[in-house]
Amino acid sequence: MNEAAGPRGAEALADGRAHGEQAGAARTAMIQVRDACAYYGEKQALFDVSIDIDARSVTAFIGPSGCGKSTFLRCLNRMNDTIEGARVTGSFLLAGRDIYEPSLDVVELRARVGMVFQKPNPFPKSIFENVAYGPRIHGLAHSKADLEKIVIGSLTKAGLLKEVQDRLGEPGTGLSGGQQQRLCIARAIAVSPEVILMDEPCSALDPIATARIEELIDELRENYTIVIVTHSMQQAARVSQRTAFFHLGILVEEGETAQIFTNPGDERTQDYITGRFG
Amino acid sequence: MAGTVATTPIHWSTAAAEARRRRRHAADRRLQLYGLTAISIAIGLLAILVTSLVMTGHSAFIQTMVTLDFPVSTEHVSADDPAEGNYRAVIADALRAQFPDVESPREARQLSKIITNNAQFMVRDVVVADPETIGGTLTLSVPVSDPFDQLNKGYIDPDLPEEQRRVSDQEVGWFNTLDRRGLISAPLNWGLLFNADSRFPELAGLSGAIVGSFYSLLVCFLISFPAGVAAAVYLEEFAPRGRASDILEVNINNLAAVPSIVFGLLGLAVFLNFFGLPRSAPLVGGMVLSLMTLPTIIIVTRAALKAVPPSIREAALGIGASRQQMIVHHVLPLAVPGILTGTIIGLAQALGETAPLLLIGMNAFVTSPPGGLLDASTALPTQIFMWADSPERGFVSRTSAGILVLLAFLILMNLVAIVLRRRFERTW
Repeated sequence: MNEAAGPRGAEALADGRAHGEQAGAARTAMIQVRDACAYYGEKQALFDVSIDIDARSVTAFIGPSGCGKSTFLRCLNRMNDTIEGARVTGSFLLAGRDIYEPSLDVVELRARVGMVFQKPNPFPKSIFENVAYGPRIHGLAHSKADLEKIVIGSLTKAGLLKEVQDRLGEPGTGLSGGQQQRLCIARAIAVSPEVILMDEPCSALDPIATARIEELIDELRENYTIVIVTHSMQQAARVSQRTAFFHLGILVEEGETAQIFTNPGDERTQDYITGRFG
Repeated sequence: MAGTVATTPIHWSTAAAEARRRRRHAADRRLQLYGLTAISIAIGLLAILVTSLVMTGHSAFIQTMVTLDFPVSTEHVSADDPAEGNYRAVIADALRAQFPDVESPREARQLSKIITNNAQFMVRDVVVADPETIGGTLTLSVPVSDPFDQLNKGYIDPDLPEEQRRVSDQEVGWFNTLDRRGLISAPLNWGLLFNADSRFPELAGLSGAIVGSFYSLLVCFLISFPAGVAAAVYLEEFAPRGRASDILEVNINNLAAVPSIVFGLLGLAVFLNFFGLPRSAPLVGGMVLSLMTLPTIIIVTRAALKAVPPSIREAALGIGASRQQMIVHHVLPLAVPGILTGTIIGLAQALGETAPLLLIGMNAFVTSPPGGLLDASTALPTQIFMWADSPERGFVSRTSAGILVLLAFLILMNLVAIVLRRRFERTW
């Protein structure tokens, strides 16, 4: 299965590249992954995934449940390290540097590659403390005023400041679900990451809150590389520039979003986006 | 496609269906009834325990006193050295003043037995503290001795034949005379809490035991809390899962179930005989108790850590917190209510533990509260044990009263646990 998957993944990649070149866009890869395999104990969850993720753009991972898209996302900031028995092979380059090399500090990596989770998970602390926590532990602020500036700036970028500016001292857990998720985004961008990974950030939110987050993702694209895992193909189509389709741990196809949704190169992608399985 | 499945209409109102529903409701009610019965049994047993303790113990909270005028004459007590006076004579004088017709030395000796043996020291202490009284008269309430305390409380029946009771007709007569003169009173027995142990029930109190228990629990807490929390954090957050950690877990659970007397033997063999630490000391008591409390704290702390939602851990790690930062900043604060509750319950268990303390000699007869961790001392449960072993009638009620005091401390600790849990509980 391994050998069968490899070439196909590579083909898909080559396809995607060809499309990118055809469109004439100069692509700069923020993250380059080659032959990534992931295992949970004996079970292999990813098979030879190779992909380039563009800087300052949104890449969406789609695919049916259990296809490995979240696993792959969590490989990108080594969150899989925290799972007992998880093992990852292959090469992951973040701006040219291997993120799995022993000399790399995972603490630094996770500051550079932030993450937003499926369920909003603010700390049970005040709104201010939620955002200030990252800069504080990484020593990014040199004074109280500095810290405040970072917090206010992050909340502004996350589009949350207006709603919370007179209650920064109140607990972050008291906000609505959508606000909590934007607070988590503010928390992630407070440490000025290069990449933001989002693991189904809207699956627990109502449509209005989802729309706000999608707008926000679109704005954040200017400054950050964003990778988003989503179950909603409409969402992928709306927010992303490039889309990768995963199936059974294999990266089936990766390319420009418009091309994936209108003219997929693989039959399985075709079946999935037309709703025939998954 | 729908046509291929034959659908028979369901009748919800047939007799059979109704009977089925009735059975389900009956089962519901039965289950509730079982629960209520169980709770009633538990409350009933508790009520029996407390009632019987109060029945036997309540009289110990009151102490019969006699108020006498003590003539502190310069003949017996010199102003130069009041501590060295002949206070026994002062007591005898005070009693002779009440009963001038008692003349023979034998009768006088019996008369002096009405009031507690230690009355001479009580008078001395007052005189030493206030030498102005020398040459004058000192009015003081002193406890009556145990048989007369029992007589006053109605535990000795004066109508019984004389040879079947501990007080003679003559003594009953003296006591009744004092009572008629309004000199007998029965105030609250603060001595029960503030006196140290004594051979005389009318003087025996729990202060030594309370202080000893406090020191022991302090030592126990200082050892088992940091060690227990640190061990639990390591096991829960750092230790690799595998056979070694499984074996460790089984052993910790076993440790929590080891009979406490075994820990006592270990304390005797290791702390006393090998390390040569002093016998009967609260320090050793606390060390032995911490052996018992440690596994409890490890188990509850692990449970509390496990209960912290993984999303909080991910949030902290995702922002680049190190594991230490994740644990100290986020996981432990959320686990604090559980840890504190478990710790206090563990300490409450330790407070009631008797067997290991007996083995390291904390059932010593000590007549003053310990001044430090190395002084000989008793603890509440061992004090109760000793009193239960004493033959004097007055110790029967004091044993029950001691148990009530111990229960009061246990309730207090559990209340503190509830308050702390409420205080630190946070929602997310």
